[in-house]
Amino acid sequence: MSLIHTSSPHARATTSTGRVMGWVLLATLPGIATLTGFFGWGVLINVLFAAGLGVGLEALVLRLRARPPGVTLRDNSALVSGVLLGVSLPPFAPWWLILMGMVAAIVVAKQLFGGLGQNPFNPAMVGYALLLIAFPVEMTRWAAPLGLFGAEAIGPGEAWGHFLGTVAPSDAMTGATPLDAFKHKGETVLASEFWADEPLPPGTLNAWHTTALAWLVGGALLLFKRIISWHIPASLLGALLVLATLMYASDPSHHGSPLFHLLGGAAIFGAFFIATDPVSAATSRKGKLYYGAAIGVLIMLIRQWGAYPDAVAFAVLLLNFAVPFIDYYTRPRTYGHARPNRGIKVRQIDDDEEAS
Amino acid sequence: MADFDFPGGIHPPGRKALSAGAPLAQAPLPRQVILPMTQHLGLAAEPLVIPGQRVRTGEVIARAQGMISAPVHASITGIVSAIEERPVPHPSAAVGETRALCIVIDADYADEGFGELEQKDEGFGELERKDEGFGELEQKDDWLRMPPLDWRASDDDTLIERLHESGVVGLGGAGFPTAVKARVRQRHEIDTLILNAAECEPYITADDLALRHYSADILEGARLFARLTGAKRVVIGIEDNKPEAIEALNQALRHESSAEDVPFELKILPTRYPSGGEKQLVQLLTGREVPSRGLPAEVGVLCHNPGTLLAALRSVRDGEPLISRIVTLTGEALERPGNVEARLGTPLHELLRLAGLQAERLSRLIQGGPMMGFTLESDAVPLIKTSNCLIAATAEELPPVPREQPCIRCGACEAACPASLLPQQLYWFAKGGEHAKAELFNLFDCIECGACAYVCPSHIPLVQYYRASKGEIRAREQEARKAERARHRFEFRQARLAREEAEKQARRQARRQRPQAPPSTDDSVPAAHARPAPASDVDRSAQVRKLKIAQAAARAAVKKAEKNLARTSEAGQSDAAELDDLETQLATARENLQATEARLAALQGHDQDQARNSGKSEETPSS
Repeated sequence: MSLIHTSSPHARATTSTGRVMGWVLLATLPGIATLTGFFGWGVLINVLFAAGLGVGLEALVLRLRARPPGVTLRDNSALVSGVLLGVSLPPFAPWWLILMGMVAAIVVAKQLFGGLGQNPFNPAMVGYALLLIAFPVEMTRWAAPLGLFGAEAIGPGEAWGHFLGTVAPSDAMTGATPLDAFKHKGETVLASEFWADEPLPPGTLNAWHTTALAWLVGGALLLFKRIISWHIPASLLGALLVLATLMYASDPSHHGSPLFHLLGGAAIFGAFFIATDPVSAATSRKGKLYYGAAIGVLIMLIRQWGAYPDAVAFAVLLLNFAVPFIDYYTRPRTYGHARPNRGIKVRQIDDDEEAS
Repeated sequence: MADFDFPGGIHPPGRKALSAGAPLAQAPLPRQVILPMTQHLGLAAEPLVIPGQRVRTGEVIARAQGMISAPVHASITGIVSAIEERPVPHPSAAVGETRALCIVIDADYADEGFGELEQKDEGFGELERKDEGFGELEQKDDWLRMPPLDWRASDDDTLIERLHESGVVGLGGAGFPTAVKARVRQRHEIDTLILNAAECEPYITADDLALRHYSADILEGARLFARLTGAKRVVIGIEDNKPEAIEALNQALRHESSAEDVPFELKILPTRYPSGGEKQLVQLLTGREVPSRGLPAEVGVLCHNPGTLLAALRSVRDGEPLISRIVTLTGEALERPGNVEARLGTPLHELLRLAGLQAERLSRLIQGGPMMGFTLESDAVPLIKTSNCLIAATAEELPPVPREQPCIRCGACEAACPASLLPQQLYWFAKGGEHAKAELFNLFDCIECGACAYVCPSHIPLVQYYRASKGEIRAREQEARKAERARHRFEFRQARLAREEAEKQARRQARRQRPQAPPSTDDSVPAAHARPAPASDVDRSAQVRKLKIAQAAARAAVKKAEKNLARTSEAGQSDAAELDDLETQLATARENLQATEARLAALQGHDQDQARNSGKSEETPSS
């Protein structure tokens, strides 16, 4: 008789990492659809190309590392990184920009650190931050919301041209993001005057608000399916709103409204899809609250006083640095202990550990 | 509903309906039983019989050794055919077959006279062949019972002695000797006795069936234990997926509640794993937390399993030692799953055949539940005191573990952990060999319930990592302790030499005083501190004071060593070597005390003599 021999537990829930990542991909669909609907085929091209690159680059590195790529690729995590970076890029992004971002994300930030689970930083945001610093012009040239099929819309062929770099986007097609425009309104211009001027192509604000709400729908799906917990999104958006409200209350003529900060940029997308990346986020539930809140605060600080109009990538990366620290100080109180342990006071059991 | 809550927990499919439907059956008497000497926690029992000896059902065949141990009784009437190492069910069998010393008994048959042994042996071969068709011969079941006791009329010592003699151990799975638990009062004040009927693991229904059939006896057993431990109340914790058992308990409670008995509280808990974990149940029912690395008794609580209480009552009221238990036979590879009351030592394949095992469908055989049980190498091992459930699972039912994938720190494990640990962090530390950090993150508070591994989307065998890490840490501590023990043994030797020297000196002094022997010149003795009193009176009284202080300190040291030993042996988590070491320390302390007393006696005797001799001073060698 040959019986299976294993350690307990013998029963397991039927979940898998691939399925978890699959739900994340599914949850990005409303956001992608809305973005594409407003900003044209370029978005879709970005997402598909970045996702394909994610899989291809991961397979390549796995081959170089002599690991079987089949098993690892089935966890869908490279696909998720690709999609998340793809939706963050401007719709006119040329192929080499996306390639560079994905190499930074998958090869450097993820695989060079040891692959899934070992990366201290959010791969998609590493790619994004690199591109933003290295290619500010390409990265801040966002599209005007011209739609998919309208008379002014950019056709698939033209979008393909932008992607290949053979066709340069015309001025009529481009437009700043609301956060960018508002940031550069100038000290002397009051907020009310700024908005009265119609500084953005028509429909821009509406497009951004709708997209943010679409991300919210996807985030709600993730929450409902318990793929993510509420801690990070709630504390991130909460801290962001509190800070935005305080600033707005202190001087409404020079600060954006809380709603503007919530829906005008990548706050919702970042709160549900970026900051919640479990690998690079804080561990404990309490730690997640601090982690999320600190990201929210940083986003507002950088938006207000930093050089960049939006700051989700930088805020998340900075807090990725802080995760080990947060983890050491936010451990829950274990059953049977009067108080939680703090810090890293380690009792050396073995002396030859030091010797070696 | 429970008034309190514990964090985490999971809801695995119960699968209890598989075995809960069939009525409790009596398994036929086995023709052979294999009784391991290690069916309990603590030291192995020591065989008292020899091969060829005839034993009756209930007769002691192995006695308890040491403080934490339990005797073993013959579970059928027959002849001891072998005392040898046999494979036994054991958690560590996950890494291979575990063997332990077993007493094997072959059954007697009613139609056979007690003729010569040799003849009988021949007869056995025949019987085996003949017995293909069941039940032609009736097996003898000749009981040897102890005298029944009325527990209300007996004193505590008698009852505890009876529990000890009966070999009753915790039947929920741990196998801690019940008599030791009954003595808890000596060290801790108990106010609440918890009847742990939660039975939260999937598949298992042994307690459920025991409660349905013997609820009155189990409650009586609880009353017995409440008296022994001085508990003021009994709280029954039971999950809401056992309506029939709850009904039986309610009826039994309505029927026989008298004013002088301890009050019972029946608390129905929502089904959630691991609400039946001892620490979790204490938290659920009382809101108290068992201190880390401590016992429930430290917060005034004692937990018992229904089966244990039933066995305890039977041993007291009926004089029946623990020779059988209720076991759940379940799993989809069985045609007739259900619960049977079977004799200990019955080979598992007989029980599985009884339940209609389809051998070709069997893919793994588990003793215990699917969450904390362990797989068995084969079905040739016997039923033992701690076997509460056997799962004969098919490959579809409990599929092989999928390939382990990298941890993505999703935190599902943290949300499931009932001890509020950070399983994902423990995993990283265990995997990286950072055992000190794992300990800092309270690795040893992990109860190995398996909830984290159950929910892990990356299929990481987390509990296995924790066990490995714990093992590593224990091994290192063992190493460190080895040196410590050698030092303790050395100190004991030194103390013994010092004591002998002090006594010699005292004797010498006594001798010298009476016949006024010439001053001692042999100074070969090395122990300089064993010198008798100095010359002057002032010095002497100072010396006496010093020795008295030393005596008090030595006494305190003895007390402390005694306490240490008692506490450690009571906790039942220590190995023999550790207990031995504590015994050495105690002996050292005693030697030190004796030495000090001898010196003091010598000095004081000297004083008295001197007083008698009215100042006639005696020359003593100056040191």
